[in-house]
Amino acid sequence: MSEAVIEAVNLTKYYGKSRGIIDLNLKVREGDIFGFIGPNGAGKSTTIRILLGLISATSGSGTVFGRDIVKDKERILEDIGYMPSEAMFYSGMKVWDIIKFSAELHKKHRAVEDSLREARDICERLELDTSKKSDELSLGNRKKVSVVCAMQHKPKLYILDEPTSGLDPLMQKEFFSLIRERNKEGATIFLSSHILSEIQRYCNYAAIIREGKIIVRDSVEALSKTSAKRVNLHGNMNDIKGIINHMEGVKGIQILQDSAAFLFGGDINILLKELSGIRVSDVSITEPDLDEIFMHYYGSGVKDNDNI
Amino acid sequence: MTIFKLDIKRGRISLIVWTLAISFMLFVCLMIFPQMKGQMNEISDMYASMGSFTKAFGMDSLNFGEIMGFYGVECGNIMGIGGALFAALIGISALANEEKNHTAEFLLTHPVSRIAVVKEKLFAVIFQLVILNIAVVLVSLASFAIIGEKPDIEAVLLLHFAYFIMQVEIGFVCFAVSAFIKRGGLGIGIGFAAIMYFFNIIGNISEDAEFLKYITPFGYAEASDIISVNELDGIKISIGIGVTAAAVILAFYRYSKKDINI
Repeated sequence: MSEAVIEAVNLTKYYGKSRGIIDLNLKVREGDIFGFIGPNGAGKSTTIRILLGLISATSGSGTVFGRDIVKDKERILEDIGYMPSEAMFYSGMKVWDIIKFSAELHKKHRAVEDSLREARDICERLELDTSKKSDELSLGNRKKVSVVCAMQHKPKLYILDEPTSGLDPLMQKEFFSLIRERNKEGATIFLSSHILSEIQRYCNYAAIIREGKIIVRDSVEALSKTSAKRVNLHGNMNDIKGIINHMEGVKGIQILQDSAAFLFGGDINILLKELSGIRVSDVSITEPDLDEIFMHYYGSGVKDNDNI
Repeated sequence: MTIFKLDIKRGRISLIVWTLAISFMLFVCLMIFPQMKGQMNEISDMYASMGSFTKAFGMDSLNFGEIMGFYGVECGNIMGIGGALFAALIGISALANEEKNHTAEFLLTHPVSRIAVVKEKLFAVIFQLVILNIAVVLVSLASFAIIGEKPDIEAVLLLHFAYFIMQVEIGFVCFAVSAFIKRGGLGIGIGFAAIMYFFNIIGNISEDAEFLKYITPFGYAEASDIISVNELDGIKISIGIGVTAAAVILAFYRYSKKDINI
């Protein structure tokens, strides 16, 4: 087992009486690309903000690189590249000045020129116009500035809060190729998302958080086996009912007059084979939303694999 | 120094505008003086016989017909209100604006301690006040030279020194308040400065309310007191410095533990 880069022990945060996170335990190992999945308001950002020292935990403790997140906060932050979910910058400042300001805040441990050289490369790859003023930036462009600020000092750990929201697909691809390069160079990635497919594609480990609690932690490979598809069928209802009834891994069946919808968690090849044998007028197989998966797969029986 | 520099850079337009506005008003007032001087005996008598109003602005112990008396009253009002509002403004917004504009998350996820942030921002507040006051004093001295009056330089400097201390107190108290609030508190800052100003006026008018002059920083920056005795009130200014120090400690203490609102 390689060393834990992030370790949270019984982290709990209440905002007054409202719940942030409850008894959260988390371990991210060096070299992981770790996905942190959950619906909005589940406590993803709360967890991240505690790790970064923006807010303090009500109880529990945490370490990053083996250092205490409260006592050694500044030292830890030297090695972290953070991308907030909604980045805001100082109004009236040019993009390049923001990047320079960020580099200067890192100058104790990394020469500003080195950071800026790195920044220029990333700006080029992301096609970011650095002469614009921060007020003129779209959400996507603000994200790109965040990416540059998170990466230019070559941190050992990236904490990315919903990094792809607002980026167009092409940029998402470029962004993930940047992330993968850094990961190959040895950096650890911790990213939160509510898009399951994103986590499936890019992460090797993941934890699912719901209502402030981690309900499952496992390798993405293992989690994917339980990841279901939402299937909508139109056509001959007798045929459809027939295959629904004898296939394994069908949950949450909703049958209407001329259509049926269900979650399919079994082998996708079996589904296709069955479908080819019946008459359907329309079919769609889509990602279910997370809530659905939670409801049907992680709702009651909470799994907790401690092998992460 | 990085945060200090950024604050100064971002605040420079506001600083220039306030400095120009205050300097210009002082300049215009002093330009009027030579014209008024001839008619001053009557005006002075009139001003001296307005009862509470006379006392409120300290015109009972200052001679409006002399340059220092005139300067004390005029300067007292322009510099008092203008400087205090500016100090309140930059004090209250230094920390709170980072949260109001959602830049705190960006700033504080860099390897900087909260203590360093507070320190650099406090220095930025002081630095801006120093610039404002030096500029205003220079404009005043130049204006005296233009109208050919020879003021008591020592009293002028002492007066402006008192204003500076007052602005630092107001600025730092607002700064400490901003370490507690979640969103920008511009209203709180301006309100605080205004209340302090009126405390002083009430303290001037009524002897029962004289204790107010020990609370408000305007109490030790009262032109009529400073010019007539040519020294600062030790007790009042000690209270002021004590309050300032307490505000600084409170700001450091609170901000280093604060949950940042995003």
